[in-house]
Amino acid sequence: MITVLAVHFAVAAVAPFLFRKFGRNSFYALATVPAGSFVWLLLQHGAVYSGAGVAEVLPWIPELKIELAFRMDALAWVMSLLVLGVGSLVLVYCARYFKDKDDYLGGFGAQLLAFAGVMFGLVTADDLLLMFIFWELTTVLSYLLIGYARTRLSARRSALQALIVTTAGGLAMLVGLVILGFNAGTYRISTILEMAPALTTGPAAGAVGAAVVLILVGAITKSALVPFHFWLPGAMAAPTPVSAYLHAAAMVKAGIYLVARLAPGFAETAFWLPVVLGLGLATMLVGGYRALRQTDIKLILAYGTVSQLGFLTMVVGLGKPDAALAGLALLLAHGLFKATLFLVVGIIDHQAGTRDIRKLSGVYRSSRALAVVAAAGAASMAGIPPLAGFVAKESVFEALVHYSTEPAAGPWGPVVLIGVVLGSVLTFAYSARFMWGAFAVKPGVETTPFKPIKPAFLAAPAILSLLTIVYGLWPAPVDGWIQPYAALFVPDGEDAAAAAGHLALWHGLTPALGLTAITFALGLAMFYGRNAVSRLQGLVPGWVDGDRTYQLTIGALDDIAVWITGRTQRGSLYFYLSVILTAAFVLPLTALVLANKPLPQDLYFIDPNAPLQIVVGAGIVIGALAAVRANKRFLAVLMVAVTGYGIALMFALQGAPDLALTQMLVESIILVAFVLAMRSLPAELRDRTGGKYRVVRVIIGAAFGITMVFAAIFALGARVAAPVSLEFPKLAYEGGGGLNIVNVTLVDIRAWDTFGEISVLALAATGVASLIFVRGRGEGIRASSTVAEGTVGRRSPGAGRGSTRDDAALAMSRRFAASSRDAWLVAGRTMAPERRSIIFEVVTRLVFHSIIVFSIYLLLAGHNSPGGGFAGGLTAGLALTVRYLAGGRFELREATPISAGTLLGIGLATAAASGLVPLLLGGQVFQSAIIEFWLPVFGDVKFVTSTIFDIGVYIVVVGLALDVLRSLGAEIDEHFEEQPPAESDDGQEAGGILAETSARGKA
Amino acid sequence: MSVNLTLLTAMGALYACGIYLILERSLTRVLLGLMLLANATNLLLLATGGYAGLAPMYSKDTAAGEYNDPLPQALILTSIVISFAVTAFMLGIIYRAWVLAREDEIQDDAEDRRVAKTPSFDLEDDSVIPVETSEFPLTMIGSDGQSVSDVPDGAEATVNVAGRTLDAEAAASEEQPGSLKVTPPKEGGGQ
Repeated sequence: MITVLAVHFAVAAVAPFLFRKFGRNSFYALATVPAGSFVWLLLQHGAVYSGAGVAEVLPWIPELKIELAFRMDALAWVMSLLVLGVGSLVLVYCARYFKDKDDYLGGFGAQLLAFAGVMFGLVTADDLLLMFIFWELTTVLSYLLIGYARTRLSARRSALQALIVTTAGGLAMLVGLVILGFNAGTYRISTILEMAPALTTGPAAGAVGAAVVLILVGAITKSALVPFHFWLPGAMAAPTPVSAYLHAAAMVKAGIYLVARLAPGFAETAFWLPVVLGLGLATMLVGGYRALRQTDIKLILAYGTVSQLGFLTMVVGLGKPDAALAGLALLLAHGLFKATLFLVVGIIDHQAGTRDIRKLSGVYRSSRALAVVAAAGAASMAGIPPLAGFVAKESVFEALVHYSTEPAAGPWGPVVLIGVVLGSVLTFAYSARFMWGAFAVKPGVETTPFKPIKPAFLAAPAILSLLTIVYGLWPAPVDGWIQPYAALFVPDGEDAAAAAGHLALWHGLTPALGLTAITFALGLAMFYGRNAVSRLQGLVPGWVDGDRTYQLTIGALDDIAVWITGRTQRGSLYFYLSVILTAAFVLPLTALVLANKPLPQDLYFIDPNAPLQIVVGAGIVIGALAAVRANKRFLAVLMVAVTGYGIALMFALQGAPDLALTQMLVESIILVAFVLAMRSLPAELRDRTGGKYRVVRVIIGAAFGITMVFAAIFALGARVAAPVSLEFPKLAYEGGGGLNIVNVTLVDIRAWDTFGEISVLALAATGVASLIFVRGRGEGIRASSTVAEGTVGRRSPGAGRGSTRDDAALAMSRRFAASSRDAWLVAGRTMAPERRSIIFEVVTRLVFHSIIVFSIYLLLAGHNSPGGGFAGGLTAGLALTVRYLAGGRFELREATPISAGTLLGIGLATAAASGLVPLLLGGQVFQSAIIEFWLPVFGDVKFVTSTIFDIGVYIVVVGLALDVLRSLGAEIDEHFEEQPPAESDDGQEAGGILAETSARGKA
Repeated sequence: MSVNLTLLTAMGALYACGIYLILERSLTRVLLGLMLLANATNLLLLATGGYAGLAPMYSKDTAAGEYNDPLPQALILTSIVISFAVTAFMLGIIYRAWVLAREDEIQDDAEDRRVAKTPSFDLEDDSVIPVETSEFPLTMIGSDGQSVSDVPDGAEATVNVAGRTLDAEAAASEEQPGSLKVTPPKEGGGQ
């Protein structure tokens, strides 16, 4: 069985390629798959009926008790006959129904074939959850197939409606399946059915009853029972072959199948009969009534199907052996005749271009063969002998007559019997209406033009109607197929064959035959009195309409969703943050208050090892408050920097020199970056959110801060275990070969973290570059030799005026620029004289190389003393910053012949290589080795390979700093020179220079 | 475990100021608030290390407990550098926002406000569809009584309407659902 499934899915997967090559004839190739499976199924007959069935089990997810368990018994076998047989015929039919030039044909064929496979899996699955998976797959495929004509609004809407209704039912069913499986302790269907008597009477009987009702909800949505019947006529927007297969023969039968599968065990539960009989009867009558009102022959069939599904549910769900026999017989008969009729409708639509009975006339004369095929189907639907429908319906009547005489049946017996007779009358009437509407010559209607039908097109319905006739004349084989299933309902010790009865064309003069005669008489009367009937129907006011209710429900859901979205998603960051942050302090605070724990013992303000901390702490608090109060942009930035430097001091006092060093360097570079990025923004920081919002902000901020303090106190106080880091010193020295424990932690013990971090750095650097350059990375700063002297940053003539002191300085600069000896900085001469600072250039020239050497020292020595790749890289970044500030962007270009992007790449590659190489050498990722050797000048050298990783870090950090300088510095410079800001007044420039000097001082 | 209230107080102040700032509309202030929050978090991490201790430089004579805890230090080092990168990125955003819109302010999301005003009528869900009674409306339209599907590929099927020759597909599309020239027939009613 698993092979059959696999072949279906595999061929479906390659189907689109077939269609690209062979066009619509590929449907024939696809049809061979279910046809071959059908033959296989026939060969299995002996194995299935000789024992308890054929089973296959593959473990799948043992933790969830889900298995690929399949089991073929009589019920599954009969269902599979229908699924595979009709499936292959429908695929054959498709080959002539569609045109080669139709769009999306490949996907359509694949879906249809996959559907046949899924349906086969559904009826053979022996695991509740596996069956549910197939169940939902049929829903999804049905959605895709109904929506085949994706450009039509009606197709899209119907597909979605079918999806929503059946999925909703499916969800209810899933809950039911889980409850059932949980109470049974297994999800194996065959086992659960064996345990059913114990389950339904045991302690969990209530839960099992509820589970069964939930499962039935899934079945009635799938099988389009009242009140969910409306999706099935809607689904007629699908291409007709799809309707024939999914909405008549296969998918909608899934609900019936489920009822049939569970009936042997659970028909006795409290809510079973009311649900099955009540809804089934209502559906049968509603469907039949509405079928009589349709003018589209496809819709007549659709409502007819709804009616028949109700009928089937009732009979199959009755839980009696004779009813079970009759039910399955009816199910087979219905599959045969309804598929035939749908295919006939497709042919009529295809050849005549309409399905409207008010336009169709004289089709019988155009194509007698089609009319004969259709007549066999419709007569079977109406229950006329000697066809399959008659045989099945006759035994249904037998069963119901028998049931109504049983004392246990109570009022249901006669109600069901009368209802079914009424429903059958309606069925007869709409069958006649269908034949008349599709084929008859109507007075006053022009004869419909009708193209001749090719035999290949008619083959599939013809075969089906032939089977209908054979089944009717010779029902014995069908009887044999179903008997084992019917026997499941026979109490132990009774004779199975006698209890179930037999299918036969002639039962003798029985009450059932009388009922059939009544049905025919009333049905004929209704057909001939059709004008009166339709007038009568026209008088009935528009009843509650399932479709309308659905539309209103969905509309209301939409409105509620919009309302809630509008209330919660206000588009204001302030609103979102307030909500989030309020929750962030209210919840922990509540927890703290409720826990009511005493404060931890060891609280102290003054650390005996670092008493100065309290002074620094005060400084940090003052800085933070000043940053909040500041109304000038750069003042606020400076105040934040104060807190940053304060924290650096705190690190130093706490015993963390690496952190202190790194924090200092970062703070300095950030300050420069801030100044560079914000030079074009106005100096004032306006405070827009005032008034009550300010109060709210103060409250949220203060409450959050206090919460964090207390959360930290309790969290720290709760700590009892010894820190893992107690092992670190030893690990660092013996494993990592370094004295600086923090550095070894970064490059060795926790190297993965650091690798992730430098990846983030590379990303952020790229982000900065792309935000500023927008296109590319701006690799193209020209070399300084191509730039005219003294042109960069020249001010407009009017802006240069100032005091005599400024004039003197400017004159000095000019002389400096004009001097003929080698410049101190390579690109210094490109700067406008008024931008140059002699002292700064000279100092830069003197210190730059020293700083670079120092940064390399920090990098290499970092393993054993404070420093490392981060500190070294930041120091080098500062050196570049100084060069940029002194010599402008061309100086930066001269200082770094390699672009920032390349640096980032090299750095990441180096770090990655240091992680991967040990792997190639047979070690683990990021494993480090200690190599000791002797060098002439240095003496004994101990080299640890993790230093290579640190070098990668260094290069990435330099790349980041360079990207920041080139983007926020050089590129913004260029923007300025291209279009000097119109409001570039002195205030801004002053702000820029002021901050620049302060940054310079720090650097 | 010991708790250093000095560190925690400074941390609380930084958190409070940081939160106050990120609730502001000015992008610059939001960024400054984020930096304060990062600093506050670094202090929190530092406080988990316990008492101030020796710098974690390995020496054979020192017991492991006498160093300041190196693990939080490593975490803080990572955090410092990442904050730098994030700050640089935010600076890029602020600059770009200023260049594009001359605004240093966080704007309300216009899309969100538009969503809140969505009408309950939705074309896809609520429009009236005319009843379709065929998948093949073009079948019987074509020159010489032939159907469109019978016309070989490449040749144009045509119809004669009121003395003019029209493209069949165009003429038929007038009859398609959605065309304004069609009045939808009422459902039901029989003949």
